[in-house]
Amino acid sequence: MNTLIEIRDLSKVYERGRQKVEVLHHINLDIAQGDFLALMGPSGSGKTTLLNLIGGLDTPTGGSIGVAGQRLDQMGAGALARWRASHVGFVFQFYNLMPMLSAQRNVELPLLLTKLSAAQRKKNATIALQLVGLADRASHKPGELSGGQQQRVAIARAIVSDPTLLVCDEPTGDLDRQSAEEVLGLLRTLNREHGKTIVMVTHDPKAAEYANHTLHLDKGTLVEQAAA
Amino acid sequence: MKYLHLIWAALFRRKARTILTLVSIVAAFLLFGMLDAVRTSFDQAGQSANGAQRLQTGSRLSFIQTLPQSLEAQIAQVPGVKMVTYANWFGGAYQDPHNQVFSFAVEPNYIDLYPEIEVSPAERKAFDETRTGALVGEKLAQRFHWKVGDKIPMQSTIFPNREGSKNWTFDIVGIMHSKDKKAGGFYDQMFLLHWKYFDETTPYNRGQVGWYVTRVADVNQADRVARAIDAISANSDHETRTQTEQAATASWMKQLADIGLIVGSIMGAVFFTLVLLSGNTMMQAVRERTSELAVLKTIGFSSASVLAMVLAESVLLLLLGGLIGLGLAALIIPAVSAGSGGMLNLPGVGAGSWLLGLLLMVAIGLLVGALPALRAMRLNIVDALAGR
Repeated sequence: MNTLIEIRDLSKVYERGRQKVEVLHHINLDIAQGDFLALMGPSGSGKTTLLNLIGGLDTPTGGSIGVAGQRLDQMGAGALARWRASHVGFVFQFYNLMPMLSAQRNVELPLLLTKLSAAQRKKNATIALQLVGLADRASHKPGELSGGQQQRVAIARAIVSDPTLLVCDEPTGDLDRQSAEEVLGLLRTLNREHGKTIVMVTHDPKAAEYANHTLHLDKGTLVEQAAA
Repeated sequence: MKYLHLIWAALFRRKARTILTLVSIVAAFLLFGMLDAVRTSFDQAGQSANGAQRLQTGSRLSFIQTLPQSLEAQIAQVPGVKMVTYANWFGGAYQDPHNQVFSFAVEPNYIDLYPEIEVSPAERKAFDETRTGALVGEKLAQRFHWKVGDKIPMQSTIFPNREGSKNWTFDIVGIMHSKDKKAGGFYDQMFLLHWKYFDETTPYNRGQVGWYVTRVADVNQADRVARAIDAISANSDHETRTQTEQAATASWMKQLADIGLIVGSIMGAVFFTLVLLSGNTMMQAVRERTSELAVLKTIGFSSASVLAMVLAESVLLLLLGGLIGLGLAALIIPAVSAGSGGMLNLPGVGAGSWLLGLLLMVAIGLLVGALPALRAMRLNIVDALAGR
């Protein structure tokens, strides 16, 4: 399999006042195209920081990070925003949907950054909602949906622009077991049937079982690699 | 335009707060529309093609100081003067002191200097021949249900008759109509009484006039004629100031009140309060949407587009409230004018007021949106998503 994400000697240091906190220490990692990777570790181990760097939300202090041949560590804020818009889909623990927009309008959001017509945007959003099994709730606002349904809308929003990579930060952290399994099943379908590369941060070993690989981080260092 | 639904939804995220802010903006721009109409009304007073050909000569000291009647013959001799007349303020009130009437004692040729006032030849003749005769404006006659042939009592707030009473009696002999209905509000409210009756009845006047009105043959010579008229009384005890009708009206109104300053001060205070109020609304709106704005940036919206969206939201808020407010003013002003029985002749909300209003809406929108928009633009995604 081709390598999609290539991380070399990656470090991240945060400055909190006068204090410098090194969150990631010289990480080296390759993630193959079409992989489903779970990142686990205790709180403060640096897994969300690593996810943010992979998703282009943050820039490293040292080392390099390349995705599909593009060096994220060399991009400015504007270029990173454009790269995220066309290459990455994000799924958050608390769904982070716009409460005043319908499910359909929420899913359409990333498409506003494309040149698609309004009719095409609507059509693509409908397809994405069908894929997550919520086409019949398109006109509902997030407050009218259950937690599991909201997370499925968030996944539809993440995949609507057909990104190469999905980054998921605790996607089941706020869900009951049944909803969590539906969401994880959906992510596995997207990985297996639609070829999406997924990097998922989780605390839940059961959630990690859905991934192809699990990596453990502790105090900013990769400590273990296990195949699922 | 494709972001409009997003901006609209963000604006009405907290409906009650947005509606309350909108009500404040509507009230501010309604007030702006009304007060701007008052200011425009004062600014337009005395502005007409005929008015440009007329000069007014009054005392240099104050508009309440009188001038000798003997000046008329001297003014008439000034080269470039076509016609001259004089008048005095009568200060009439009808039935109740609150019913003030714009009443003037005038020389019979007064009407000849105002071609924008129409009086039928028969009524004009009746005015010339009737000592107690009075010409009244159309709207004034409607207001008090007067008609030609009525004998009416009028109380002067200034001049008593020879018996010491301030009650006067007049015979209405004609109705004055303004040719220009839009600009003729003042003429439609006038009450003209015969100079001879006034001068012979009150012991207080004794050959004095309030002001002279001169019609010049060539409007381009108006300045020269004005200087020549003032030169007649130079270094005397009744020095004069001669101005165009527009300048004289503006000067007279300025002695009453500086409307521009009053309107400007009120609107300054209102808009300052509006800036604080809507600025606070926008700050709160953006602060509580921090994570949503972070999500927009996460999925690829640039910092500049987030800044533009917050500014657009702020400008949209001001435009919505401002246009409703000015629209209401446009509806209310004619009703107020009509309801005043012609006493108030406010112009509608003109193109100038709409344009100024729109500029204010956009400027205030940008001003109050600037700080929250900058905050949204500088938002750090990682910190905002982590709730820091």
